[in-house]
Amino acid sequence: MPPPLVKLRDVWKSFEANQVLRGISLELGRGTTLAVMGGSGAGKTVLLRIIAGLVRPDAGEVSLFGTRIDRMREEAILPLRRQTGFVFQGAALFDSLSVFENVAFPLREHTSLSLGEITDRVHRFLALVGLPGTDGLLPAELSGGMRKRVGIARALVMEPEVVFFDEPTAGLDPTNARLVAELIAELRTGVCDTAIVVTHDVEFADMVADQMAILHQGRFADVGAPAEMRRSANPDVRRFLAGELRGT
Amino acid sequence: MTLVEYVKAQGRDTAIWYGGLGLLAARVARNLALPPAYLWIVAREIDAIGVRSLVVALTAALFTGMVLALQSAVNMARFGAENYVGPVVALSILRELGPVLTAILVGGKVASGITAELGSMKVTEQIDALRAIGVNYIKRLIVPRLLAALLVFPIVTVLADGVGLFGGMLISVYDRNVDAYLYWNTISYWVVLKDFLTGVGKSVVFGAIVTLIGCYNGLATEGGTEGLGRSTTATVVQVAMGVIISDFFLTKLLLFLFW
Repeated sequence: MPPPLVKLRDVWKSFEANQVLRGISLELGRGTTLAVMGGSGAGKTVLLRIIAGLVRPDAGEVSLFGTRIDRMREEAILPLRRQTGFVFQGAALFDSLSVFENVAFPLREHTSLSLGEITDRVHRFLALVGLPGTDGLLPAELSGGMRKRVGIARALVMEPEVVFFDEPTAGLDPTNARLVAELIAELRTGVCDTAIVVTHDVEFADMVADQMAILHQGRFADVGAPAEMRRSANPDVRRFLAGELRGT
Repeated sequence: MTLVEYVKAQGRDTAIWYGGLGLLAARVARNLALPPAYLWIVAREIDAIGVRSLVVALTAALFTGMVLALQSAVNMARFGAENYVGPVVALSILRELGPVLTAILVGGKVASGITAELGSMKVTEQIDALRAIGVNYIKRLIVPRLLAALLVFPIVTVLADGVGLFGGMLISVYDRNVDAYLYWNTISYWVVLKDFLTGVGKSVVFGAIVTLIGCYNGLATEGGTEGLGRSTTATVVQVAMGVIISDFFLTKLLLFLFW
């Protein structure tokens, strides 16, 4: 049996007096899309950043592609990150670069592709996210939904093995939120079939995920398929799905 | 907050700042030799740090040389030593004012620009985006700036030295009626290569200090645009203080080693 792409064992994290994560364990196998859900301030983004090696846990083990990264130097984690994609909540596009240059950035940094090959690949991914012909626009000229989709194209352009989405529908109007949800669901059939999606949007998670984990008070209240979660007897899960569970 | 708590908090922040700066310097040193070299970014930074700072640095140097000559000439005339204005101006500029003024002026401009740029990238998660893409942000954002500063600061200092001496000559010759030949002759007689080289050596260290402060404050920026404003202002003050304080220790060291 192949090792899980992502594995967490008893991960703890605090920021000064605020204990955010209290012993999180998790395994993500290839071909799975996991939605990590929870209220505001539950620690979902911190968890995603720990998984991507962007934040160091206080305690516990984090493995990416079978390699422990929780005590690794930044320079040593970089090659592993090149096999992942990360979509930031605010897109985090490079504001001085055009849409084309943003999407081409990982290719220019990590590959020796010719300009023609880079152009072809960038155009393919911009078309995939529904933004053909936006090459020359700057991030400031894009709407929130467009920025998010450029961020997705940039995360996918290296054809990663796993993609991390941080609140991909946050701040979007319903139409754009649906577009992004459909896009993420569509990715599973082609570009990248393994993902972790952090969200507080139950409907969106239902659309894209085949596993759900609900984070409450620094721990997973429950983990399972969406249908199982709806049947869960766990009171925190029931309250979250009913929209009654507050953040931390 | 009581006075004791305030002092404790300030002490803690200061320790964190110095520790962070030291750690950043160590990380930069560790990354210096790692590929890729990003030479095109080094070239871009040479333009940003050096070429675009020349007017400021050279204007300041010209007027510093002139005011130094004026003050020296007027006061040295009181004991009949007006003919020695040249060496006084030269020693002051080459050993101290050239490197220090250049570092404070160019450094303040350059470092606050670096802080603003990196701080803006930090608060908009662009640095995290670089990391997530698998890019070594120390190598891409900081090492090229440091290399450019190590090259540019001595060059700008040498040019500022020359312009400062020229400014001194203008005042000596046209305001104080000292012979131009005498001005340069006394300089070449009294000023030795060591005077010039210690100043240039200092400018290399200042370049490193200025760049590291600018980069560290940018990377440590927190609290959105308000935090960015605080970081940028802090950089200007810390660069000036860093240059002046390190100048004292460098001077002591250089006098100890080469005098």
